[in-house]
Amino acid sequence: MSAKTFLALFLLALAPLAAAVPKIQHWQTTGGAGVYFVELRQLPIVDVKVTFGAGSARDPKGQEGLSLLTNSLLDEGAGGKDANAIAYEFERLGAQYNADAGKDRASVSLRSLSEPSKLKPALANLRLVLGSPDFKKEALDRQRNRLLVAIRRKQQSPGALANDALQAAIYGDHPYAHPGEGTTASVKGLERKEVRSFYRHYYTRGNATIAIVGDVDRERAEAIASSLAGALNQGTAPPPLPAVPPLAKAKEVDIAHPSAQTHVLMGQPGTYRGDPDYFPLYVGNHILGGSGLVSLLFKQVREKRGLSYNVYSYFYPRRRTGPFVAGAATRSKENGETVKVMKRTIDDFIRNGPTPEQLQQAKKNITGGFPLKIDSNSDIVGYISMIGFYGLPLNYLDTFTSKVEAVTVKDIRSAFQRHLDVDRFVTVQVGPPASGESAP
Amino acid sequence: MFSTSSLREKILTRITRVILLLCLSTAVQAATNTENKVHEYKLDNGLKLLVKEDHRAPVVVSQVWYKVGSSYEHDGKTGISHALEHMMFKGTKKYGEGQFSRIIAENGGSENAFTSDDYTAYFEILEKSRLPISFKLEADRMRNLALKKSAFAKEIQVVKEERRMRTEDNPGAYTYEVAMATAFQTSPYRHPTVGWMADLNHMKVQDLRRWYKTWYAPNNATVVVAGDVDPKQVLALAKKYFGPLKPENVPTPPQEPEVAQAGIKTVVVKRPAEVPELLMAWKVPVLTTSRRPDSGVAEWEPYALDVLAGILSGGDSARFSADLIRGREVASSLNAGYNLTDRLNTVFTVSGTPARGHTVKELEAAVRAQIESLKTEPVTSQELERVKAQVVSGDVYQRDSVFYQALKLGLLETVGLSWHDAAKYVDRIKAVTPAQVQQVANKYFTDRRLTVAQLSPLPMNKSAAPPRPMPGGMNNVR
Repeated sequence: MSAKTFLALFLLALAPLAAAVPKIQHWQTTGGAGVYFVELRQLPIVDVKVTFGAGSARDPKGQEGLSLLTNSLLDEGAGGKDANAIAYEFERLGAQYNADAGKDRASVSLRSLSEPSKLKPALANLRLVLGSPDFKKEALDRQRNRLLVAIRRKQQSPGALANDALQAAIYGDHPYAHPGEGTTASVKGLERKEVRSFYRHYYTRGNATIAIVGDVDRERAEAIASSLAGALNQGTAPPPLPAVPPLAKAKEVDIAHPSAQTHVLMGQPGTYRGDPDYFPLYVGNHILGGSGLVSLLFKQVREKRGLSYNVYSYFYPRRRTGPFVAGAATRSKENGETVKVMKRTIDDFIRNGPTPEQLQQAKKNITGGFPLKIDSNSDIVGYISMIGFYGLPLNYLDTFTSKVEAVTVKDIRSAFQRHLDVDRFVTVQVGPPASGESAP
Repeated sequence: MFSTSSLREKILTRITRVILLLCLSTAVQAATNTENKVHEYKLDNGLKLLVKEDHRAPVVVSQVWYKVGSSYEHDGKTGISHALEHMMFKGTKKYGEGQFSRIIAENGGSENAFTSDDYTAYFEILEKSRLPISFKLEADRMRNLALKKSAFAKEIQVVKEERRMRTEDNPGAYTYEVAMATAFQTSPYRHPTVGWMADLNHMKVQDLRRWYKTWYAPNNATVVVAGDVDPKQVLALAKKYFGPLKPENVPTPPQEPEVAQAGIKTVVVKRPAEVPELLMAWKVPVLTTSRRPDSGVAEWEPYALDVLAGILSGGDSARFSADLIRGREVASSLNAGYNLTDRLNTVFTVSGTPARGHTVKELEAAVRAQIESLKTEPVTSQELERVKAQVVSGDVYQRDSVFYQALKLGLLETVGLSWHDAAKYVDRIKAVTPAQVQQVANKYFTDRRLTVAQLSPLPMNKSAAPPRPMPGGMNNVR
C-alpha cells in the first residue's frame, strides 16, 4: 500500500461517528416487574420479550433439563387451547413466537405487526402462554422424548461434547456445570409435578423483566407491560446463585470420538456482568481472539499455520462468573501443536498485554463498529433485555464507547493477570484416540 | 425448540461467527411499498450497482456478488470457487496479506464472504462515511489478487479443516452431500460447494488463477449497497473505484441440464452416529426455468411449490408439526425445504429425524401419506391464509435487517432473476390457489423424481482404541 492511500484511509478512520443511541425508558409494573422500553416508529413492528431468572442454573439437583423443558412447554397448550390452536393463532396473525433458555435466563418473545387488529390478539395469546400453561401429560411426554433425541444427537457432535465437558470441568459442583438439555437419566425423571413447581417458582412477576421495542407509544407500552405482568403470579426474585470457586489446578479432559478432527477447548472461570474489569477484559479479548480475521489467535493458529478453520476466544459474562473459552478444531496429529500454540499465545498475552498499536486498532474497530451493534429493533430488544435483567446502568449503551476508549494497556494486562492463568486452565480434547502423542 | 441438524448446509461462510440464515422461502420476500425503492445503475464496464436506502441507523452494508459457485465447476475441480473465496483475503499486489482485514477492522467494520452453488459474495458492514474504503478494497481485489503459491499452500489446509468440520464430522451434512450426488446425475448441483476431499488434495494455485481470471470481472459482478446513503453519491463512488476496471470475456454459465430420472433412487449412508435421519428429495423447477418459453412450467408453479412448503412446515401449526411431530408423534423434527431462487432446477426436500421408538421407514411412510393427501385433497383456505399472512408480515420484518435487504437483491440478480422479483413475491404468493397447490403436488411429487437417503447410524465405537494417557490429569471417556 502506498503512503498516500494509507494516509487517506487513516484519515477516514478518524472521522467522528454519529451513533444514534436508543433512548431507554424504564419503570416498574405493580408487583415489581422491571420494564424497559424503546419507542421506534419507523417500522410497523413491535417486539416484546419477557425474561425470567429461570435458566438451567435453577435446575434442582438430579432434575437437570427442567428449565429447558418448562420453557419449551409454555406454548404446548395453555388456558385450555391446545398447541395447534396456540401456534395457529400466532401464525394467522403473522406474529412470531420464540422461547429460549440459557444458564441464567429463560425468556419468551413475540414479534408482531403494530396494527392493533394483529397486535392485540397476538398479545392476548402471549398472555395465555405466559400465565396459563396447561403442562398436559401428553405434551410433556412428547417434548421429553424430543429432548432425549436432542441429547443423543449431541453425542455425535465432537464440538458439542467438548463444550459440555469443558463446562463440567470448569464448574464442578456449581449449577453452571451441567448442560441446559440435562442428561438422559435426569430428563427421563422429569414429570408434571416438577415442571409445575419450576414454573410456579420462577415464572413470576417479581422475577420478570419486560422489554418492549417498536411502534407503540409510552401509554400503550405501559398497558402491554401491566397486562403481561398481570397474567403472572406475584413471586419474588430467587435467592442468589452460589459464587463460582476458582480452579485450584489444571485439568485435562480427553474424550475418544470417531471424528476426523480433534476439537480443542480450553478455559476457566472468567468474569461476571457488572465486573469493574469488564471493559479491559472485553477489549483485551477482542485483540486476543474476539475479532475474527484479525485476532492474535486467528493469526497464530490459522493464518500462520493453517491448523484450524475456526479459532476464537471469548468471555461469557453471567450473573455469577461465566467462563473464558478458547477453541479450535484441527486434523488428527495436529492437536498437540494446536494446544501448544493456543496456550502460548494466550500466556504471552496475559504476561505482556497488547502493544499500544494493537490496543489502538481494537478501539477503532469496537467504537467504529458500535453503530452496527444497535442498528435494528431486534438488536435493541436484546440489549435492553440484558441491561434490565442484569441491572446494568440505563446509560450502558450511551457510555459504551467512552468506556472502551478509556481502557489502557496496563488495565488489560492487570485484568488478564487477575482473571486468567493458563497453568490452571481446563483443557478438553475430543477426537480420534490415536491423535494425541504430542499433547502436552 | 431444540436444535436440530441442518442437513442442508449449502452456504459456506469464511468464519462461522457470522451466521447467515438464508431461508430461501423468505429470501425473495421484499417490501412492495414505495419507500423500498431500489436504484439500479450499470457502469460502462458492465458492473451492475443496486442501491437501497434505509436511514434508520448511520450504517452501510456493501456487498459484491459474483456469478460463480460450485454449480459452475467441473469434475475434478470441485471446491475451486470456495477455495478462491478464501484466497480473496490473502492479499493483492497493492495490499499485502492481512491488510484488507486490518483496514476494515480499524474502520470499525465487519466483513466476511460466502459461497454457494450459484454465487460467491463478499461484504463489509461499516459506519456510513466509510463506504469508500469498502469500494476501494473490493475494486482492487476484483482484478488484482496476488494468489501466491505459499499462501495457497497454507490456506488449502484451512479449507480441508472446514470440510472436516462441516461434513466429515457431521453425519447429517454428510448424508445431504451423498443424497445430492445421488439425486443429480448430470446437473452440477451434484457437486458439494466445499468440494470433494480428493479434489482439494489435488488443487493447484494455477487452477485458481485461471478461475479468478475467468469469473472475477466487473461485467460478472453486482455491487449492492444498502443503508444510510444517497444513491447518487454511491454511484459517483462506484464510478470512481470500479469504473476503471477492465471487463473480461465471461463465458456463458454452464447449464448441464439434468437427465430425466428413470425411477426412484435410494441410498443408505452408514456412518458413526446416534440419531437416524431421513432425507427425501424430489426434482422440481425453479423461477428461472419457469421463464423459458419451452420449459413446460407455468410461472405460478414455483410459487405454488413455495406455498406447499409453507403448508407442510412453515410454522408450528403447519402439517408436519401438527400431524407428525404432535398428532401421530412419528417425527422428532421434520422440515420441508425449497429454494425457488436456485439458478437451475433443484430439489424439494423433506428432512427429519424419527421420534423415539419409530424408524426411518415409518417416518418415510408418514411423509408419503402427507404428500398423498396434498395430491387428493385441496388445502384448506385456513391453511392458505396462514401461509399468506406469514409472508406478508415476514416481508415487513425483513426490513429490520439492512444486511438482509441487500442480500436478497444481490442474490436475485446473481442467479439470473431480477431484483424486481423481490417486489413481486408477496403478490405472487397471494395469488396461489388451493387447486394450484394440488396441481404441483401431482405433477412433481412422483417416484420418478424422488431420491430417498437415510442415515443409518453405525455404533460410535468409542472403545476401539484406548484413550491416550493424560499425565497429571483426569481421563474422562464418555
